[in-house]
Amino acid sequence: MDLFNAFIVVFASGIRLGTPLILACLAGLWSERSGVVDIGLEGKILVGAFGSAAVATFTGSVWLGLLGGVAATIAVSLIHGYASIDQRANQIVSGTAINMVADGMTALIGNAIWSQGGRTPELPAYAQFQTIELPFARAFGAVPIVGPIYERLISGHDLITYVAFLLVPLTYWALYSTRFGLRLRAVGENPAAVDTAGISVRALRYGAVMICGVLVGLAGVYLVLSQEAYFQPHMSAGRGFIALAALVFAKWRPWPALATCLLFGFLDAVAIRMQGVELPVIGAVPVQAIEALPYILTVVLLAGFIGKAIPPKASGIPYVKER
Amino acid sequence: MSSPLRPLPIWADVALIPLINVAAAFVISGFVVLAIGENPLEAVQILITGALGDLEGIGFTLYYATSFIFTGLAVAICFHAGLFNIGVEGQAYVAGLGAALAALHLGFLPGYSLVIVAIIGAALFGAAFAFIPGYLQAKRDSHIVITTIMFNYIASALMGYLLVNVLREPSQMNPETPTFSIYGQVPQFHDLLAPLGIHWPVTPFNLSFLLALAAAFAVWVVIWRTRLGYEIRTVGANATAAVYGGISPARVTIVTTLLSGALAGGMAVNVILGEEHRLILEYTAGFGFVGIAVALMGRAHPVGIILAAILFGILYQGGAELAFEKPKISRDMIVVIQGLVVLFAGALEHMFRRPVAVLLARRTTSPPI
Repeated sequence: MDLFNAFIVVFASGIRLGTPLILACLAGLWSERSGVVDIGLEGKILVGAFGSAAVATFTGSVWLGLLGGVAATIAVSLIHGYASIDQRANQIVSGTAINMVADGMTALIGNAIWSQGGRTPELPAYAQFQTIELPFARAFGAVPIVGPIYERLISGHDLITYVAFLLVPLTYWALYSTRFGLRLRAVGENPAAVDTAGISVRALRYGAVMICGVLVGLAGVYLVLSQEAYFQPHMSAGRGFIALAALVFAKWRPWPALATCLLFGFLDAVAIRMQGVELPVIGAVPVQAIEALPYILTVVLLAGFIGKAIPPKASGIPYVKER
Repeated sequence: MSSPLRPLPIWADVALIPLINVAAAFVISGFVVLAIGENPLEAVQILITGALGDLEGIGFTLYYATSFIFTGLAVAICFHAGLFNIGVEGQAYVAGLGAALAALHLGFLPGYSLVIVAIIGAALFGAAFAFIPGYLQAKRDSHIVITTIMFNYIASALMGYLLVNVLREPSQMNPETPTFSIYGQVPQFHDLLAPLGIHWPVTPFNLSFLLALAAAFAVWVVIWRTRLGYEIRTVGANATAAVYGGISPARVTIVTTLLSGALAGGMAVNVILGEEHRLILEYTAGFGFVGIAVALMGRAHPVGIILAAILFGILYQGGAELAFEKPKISRDMIVVIQGLVVLFAGALEHMFRRPVAVLLARRTTSPPI
């Protein structure tokens, strides 16, 4: 029973750690499915986190904080969109620039306003998202096995987590069952064909880039308004790149993206729990080994040893109408 | 929408457009300083005085510039082959391991031959760590951008593990190796100049600077004066055409990433062998990413890279002074400038091309009075 409880605790922690990954990964999925490669997810998470922290601190409102964070990331996404779509820039270079500017700018402004080395003041409870208890969670908790799973694993997360999980089927439906989704996927594979059909490649890609901005903004908002209650420089801590790895691992598909992000979140939770724990037979597992696992797995996948990860055909290539 | 314009004159292409791009980055940085309530001109003055005002400042500036020349060259050589190596940070980090292992465990080597072997060790470890992404790109078509990002994190985890659990002296609290012997260190200029009667203040500025200049010259020779360089540039311009020219893009990709990793190792020579004299945690401090800005600003040419590296050396040294004098303008400002340089000199490099072309065309076609 102790083991069972431990599992529930680690899995619940994995869900919380996986939530920003799910959001950022879906964001990258929307962008890259339309043909715009986005390695700037890391920087955009920071911008979303800082935007929400700053607005929530000034207004004391969790909802305005949410809007502030998302608006800030949409703005940054539009810069990436302008460079990638209108200026036909190298999208990797543009993403790198966004990561650098975001990393420096959030810390700089945070430090200039609050003089705490870039950290923002801790938000009061009413300016944070609170955990939601699902109906009958308490009462149902007494039922063996299923009860604790419902009470402590499924119930008791905050709004953004549930939204993140709902966004997976929503993304799946929008991409595969709507006209917009079909066109968006087509524009990532063969923009010339879409253009020939009289549909604007530019508008579709801008649309995708803005959806990406909203979703990755939520990932940043989650870090501040749901997890830490303040912004701290570099607090994204590589999550944008893990999400990118998850996107490759999931081969740019929504359901596998969910599974991969949960796996990576779970690995993170295990790494935290394994700190200094001696296991029977193998002894202490170095935390660094578990931390590096998502990256190693992604490289192995990219190398084509476990299936083949093939990105959308036109991703990273600017569309030139005249040719 | 875009009517064909006459190509720009070469001076505009090589000098004017890049200058406008970099100027745009600095003008926006100025507005950022203004927005946080400081005077940008005063900031520039403090920055320049801090970086170039005295010999000590110059020593630190050139010490930073040395690292940036190496990382800039590492990024640039890959640019020529059409590859984007974001992994210079991780390669330089692992190269530090090669330098430290040689300097600590090959003490039986006579005199300063130890440090030369340590330099080779740094280059080899850097190259080895770059080999895997290079090989995977060449043979298995795994995108080098993604793999090198992953390898940065793998390097961080690997080195963290080694420093905490393996390399650290049991008596030490900090995750770092013991200090190298004097023969495992690259001499610093203040020590070298003292016997000659020249007083140079104590700074980390060391002989690696000359090695960096030599590396820049070597890169120029390789890229523009050798068969390999021709192959690298051909693959970078058009890999399909290169195949018809009898060039193997796979081989060129692997060789280029190996060279790139070895150049990244130069940073370990400067910082680990030249200044720290021991391997420390996260010693690369993002300088591998500065290399991206340096390579873009220097337009992947060794001369441009040296100039851009010195500019970034000024920014890093002067930025430290600036953060001291004006706490509101923290060192993060330098990262902002760096990002804006990458944005304007890299991603938006063609933004000013059309306006400039229109302007020049109007000037040349207007009748002389």
